Amino acid sequence: MEKLKTEPSKISGIDRKIADRSKDHIPGWGIDADPENDPTYPMKHRNGADYERINYEKPPQQRIKMEVFRSVERPGITRVFGTSTPPKGLSGSLRRYAYKYSEATSAHWMTLILADRVNVAEGIIDDLKAGTIPNFFEERGWSAEWKYNRQGFIRSAIVGALVTTAVIACFASRRKSG
Amino acid sequence: MNYRGPFRIRADRNKPEPEIEHPYDAIVRVTRSLICGSDLHLYHGLVPDTRVGMTFGHEFTGIVEEVGSGVQKLKVGDRVLVPFNIACGSCPFCKQELYGNCHESNPEATAVGGFFGYAHIAGGYDGGQAEYVRVPFADVGPTVIPEGMDIEDAVLLTDVVPTGYQAAEMGGIQKGDTVVVFGAGPVGIMAARCAWLFGAGRVIVIDHIDYRLEFVKKYAYCEAYNFKEMDDPVLFLKKQTDWFGADVCIDAVGCDAAGSAMQTITGKKMLLQAGAATALHWAINSVKKGGIVSVVGVYGPPFNLVPLGSLMNKGITLRANQASVKRLLPRVIDHVMAGRLNPKGIITHRLPLEEISDAYHIFSAKRDNCIKPLLIPPRAAMA
Repeated sequence: MEKLKTEPSKISGIDRKIADRSKDHIPGWGIDADPENDPTYPMKHRNGADYERINYEKPPQQRIKMEVFRSVERPGITRVFGTSTPPKGLSGSLRRYAYKYSEATSAHWMTLILADRVNVAEGIIDDLKAGTIPNFFEERGWSAEWKYNRQGFIRSAIVGALVTTAVIACFASRRKSG
Repeated sequence: MNYRGPFRIRADRNKPEPEIEHPYDAIVRVTRSLICGSDLHLYHGLVPDTRVGMTFGHEFTGIVEEVGSGVQKLKVGDRVLVPFNIACGSCPFCKQELYGNCHESNPEATAVGGFFGYAHIAGGYDGGQAEYVRVPFADVGPTVIPEGMDIEDAVLLTDVVPTGYQAAEMGGIQKGDTVVVFGAGPVGIMAARCAWLFGAGRVIVIDHIDYRLEFVKKYAYCEAYNFKEMDDPVLFLKKQTDWFGADVCIDAVGCDAAGSAMQTITGKKMLLQAGAATALHWAINSVKKGGIVSVVGVYGPPFNLVPLGSLMNKGITLRANQASVKRLLPRVIDHVMAGRLNPKGIITHRLPLEEISDAYHIFSAKRDNCIKPLLIPPRAAMA
């Protein structure tokens, strides 16, 4: 394997400066190092880029024309990013809150999941505001279910209707007795 | 396509067409796209920060319509296959060919690079289940489709084939090894087929869908077993391997696994963990001591319940990553052109993009013996 090319003069990061300090005072440092013993190969073609990581040539920055969240585990926005579906409404506020926490926290992920569910309700409201009534039959691909699993579809529809009727009847009788 | 919530997708003709947003961007007119098993994780609402209104799709081919001012190699009119990874080509990870782990394409998470059409935890890019797509870093990922290659083979080289190949590669398969693949979906099928390329002695696939097991048996020349017909798949595999365990186990299922009530309830129903990690659990328990477990199944954050004690006590090497498509393309293209791999053989359904809701349902509910659905945008259908 090619010897790693590390040029200390190019290194400016604190981590690399510490890592690059002389190890002369450590007995046996590196004596058993074996570059062939690399379990990441061939997934990773180790060429020393990790050690020159501060100085890599960065592409130009994409213009930021909308609110883009950023993981707190990185220093800034990446050079490119997606512009799909900017955050908005209550779900946007929840996402904003979630991105205050690192990817190692449940607060981050669980809040995002909650935001996703809130966003579904917002989507229905947005549809209605725009004069579109969501066609659940079509959106859920039930025409394919009707085509390929008609018996199952009918069975599910009957079970669904029975359960709904039972729930409504239960509530109605409770209200009467109450 | 327009995502409206779990299990709800609609074809939408009113979405604005993408624009060049960066000098290294290209706009690609989609000619074919596929629905991936990992798209189903989004469809099922298992991936955090999946926003209503988003367009999914990370497996697509297309024709370059427009390029940004900084694009030098790609030209308007080029017919390209577009790897699902968005990679800058210059960060330390890309330089080491970890194109699935680019540091400059996903602001929203450090745990993964940018992907097309895969929620905001993968960078918030709209995907290829559309007529047009914005493709960042156009000189890095997109690859001109080789002369003579079928477009249906080409579209499968954007994810399924490299992912299946890398699953086998990460397994470090030695000649004669017994390889167990969990999952007979498209990636599991391809991993089983690719395991032979590395010299496997025996390839066993485990799933619970009979038609998929029948398919993989023929397509990947392997043994295939239904875990619903056994009391305990781990015990079955131990018996199959002289009580030692498989040399290599591949998890090609991810967070949507069946087979364990506890995993399903806590992972898929209550979302207390990132989906059901049943396949990974079985893989760790079925591999031999000192064996290798290779993970290409997709799991969402934050965490999963897996037997880490066995991982340590058995001395297992766990290898995992998103496929580095660009790194693997030369090799898999060679295998396809030489006839050693036949990717398009796994496509079972060809539907117009307008019928995307049906396509998702057919794939998700495993109707009509579906293995892999292909979507054809209206303009491509007319061409």
